[in-house]
Amino acid sequence: MKQDIKPIKSTVLRMGAVLSIALVLGACSDNDDSSSMDGDDPMAAVSDDSMMALPAAFDVMVTNITAGQPISPILVGLHSDAYKSFSTGSPASVSLENLAESGDNSSLMSDWNAADAVYTTASGNGVIVPGDNETVTLELDQGDLTSSGGLSISVLTMLVNTNDAIAALNSQALASMEVGDSQSFTALTYDSGTEANSETAESIPGPAGGGEGYNATRDDLRDEVYVHAGVVTASDGLATSTLSQIHKWDHPGVRISVTRIQ
Amino acid sequence: MKNKFNRSLQKTALGACLAASISPAAFATDFSVSVENLTRGIHFTPLLVAAHTDGTALFSAGSAASAELQAMAEGGDSSGLETMVDGLGATRVSNPASGLLVPGASTTANLNTDGTSNDSLSIVGMMLPTNDGFVGLNAIEIPTEAGTYTFYANGYDAGTEANDEIRGSGAVGESGFPAPGPIDTGALSAGTDGTGVSATAESFVHIHRGALGDTNSAAGESDLDSTVHRWLNPIAKITITVN
Repeated sequence: MKQDIKPIKSTVLRMGAVLSIALVLGACSDNDDSSSMDGDDPMAAVSDDSMMALPAAFDVMVTNITAGQPISPILVGLHSDAYKSFSTGSPASVSLENLAESGDNSSLMSDWNAADAVYTTASGNGVIVPGDNETVTLELDQGDLTSSGGLSISVLTMLVNTNDAIAALNSQALASMEVGDSQSFTALTYDSGTEANSETAESIPGPAGGGEGYNATRDDLRDEVYVHAGVVTASDGLATSTLSQIHKWDHPGVRISVTRIQ
Repeated sequence: MKNKFNRSLQKTALGACLAASISPAAFATDFSVSVENLTRGIHFTPLLVAAHTDGTALFSAGSAASAELQAMAEGGDSSGLETMVDGLGATRVSNPASGLLVPGASTTANLNTDGTSNDSLSIVGMMLPTNDGFVGLNAIEIPTEAGTYTFYANGYDAGTEANDEIRGSGAVGESGFPAPGPIDTGALSAGTDGTGVSATAESFVHIHRGALGDTNSAAGESDLDSTVHRWLNPIAKITITVN
């Protein structure tokens, strides 16, 4: 019970379009691509309480570090430490299945926005191709910074040239940050366990397949989320696969940088 | 309130020390260790969960495996390692899952190191079906403050047996992998009658390069199924709860 973790909390979201400052970070090109976020609860308490309540704000930059897997529009949420969108060893929710099979994050975002434990959410504007990145900005009410629930982040996105793979930072606790501080994380990829990994063109919604997205049938080896084993691909002997060597990846698949900007 | 230390894969692979040890004052004496099999289709043989002194280790990546590690990695026999760690005064739990730890399953071991200097933790178990692959957590520093801590463990290759990927023996020095129970039959089972992947023993412990496998369950080079028996690291999630 010691450890003092960052008890930050936030609340509602508003709109924020802040240009992401060029973070130093390294390597890849920085897109100054900030995006809007959907406010979660427009009538909730935040805003204009006056100057003492200037919200905190965080830039979250997500970089696709795979070779050949575009990733679907990112879903980013700040929430209490206890909140999780999935657990390995347990079945995926239907909302997660939607994201994992089709790249559509709207159902999961709705779940998040309806959850008291989730403070703010944001969606990316579009697919992030390999090597590229996108930054979204989330605001948090200062009054929530002392919440005992803590502050954690989740980031989810589909690897679109797969049956049901996601890259996810799943409820990662954030250390206390001053304005200007950054923390970086890498994300594992998971198999949502909701669709057989046939790798056929008909079952892969990304450009390598052009096939079906969400399908309610659950026919993977087991109906549980687990760490992804990678794709086999036709290049490696799976004759029915529409994928080739360029679609393979290893961990980590995505890099995430969180910077407090306000 | 809980703490989480999510270590990077690379750190885990190198067995680097936990970055954030807090006060060295109080030793963790009473804690539980939960091991979750994160793989798609790889079973773990009975696990050895051992708390031991700093400076000792069950294996070292880059160095040759001990005979005791070899027996565990090739056949799932941890008795030699148990004798070894008992001789070092370790605190251990063997076979917490009472058998194979199936993909997606978790098991928990409770340890109490009161009165000892056993402040490092190691976990090993063979990966089935592989020739000499094993899941390894290598001498991490046991957290000392009450809380919950997460670590990830990678798949290693003991380097003692050629990865021919066909059924055979779990005995030391004999080729092939043993195929008990769910490795023999069922949705996650190995195939048969592979001709054998051409490979040689590497002679040192290293991060496993993964399985090749194929899509022919009754022929081909490998008895592994490329759509079932592959994995990416990490392959296990370790949760330590210090009481």
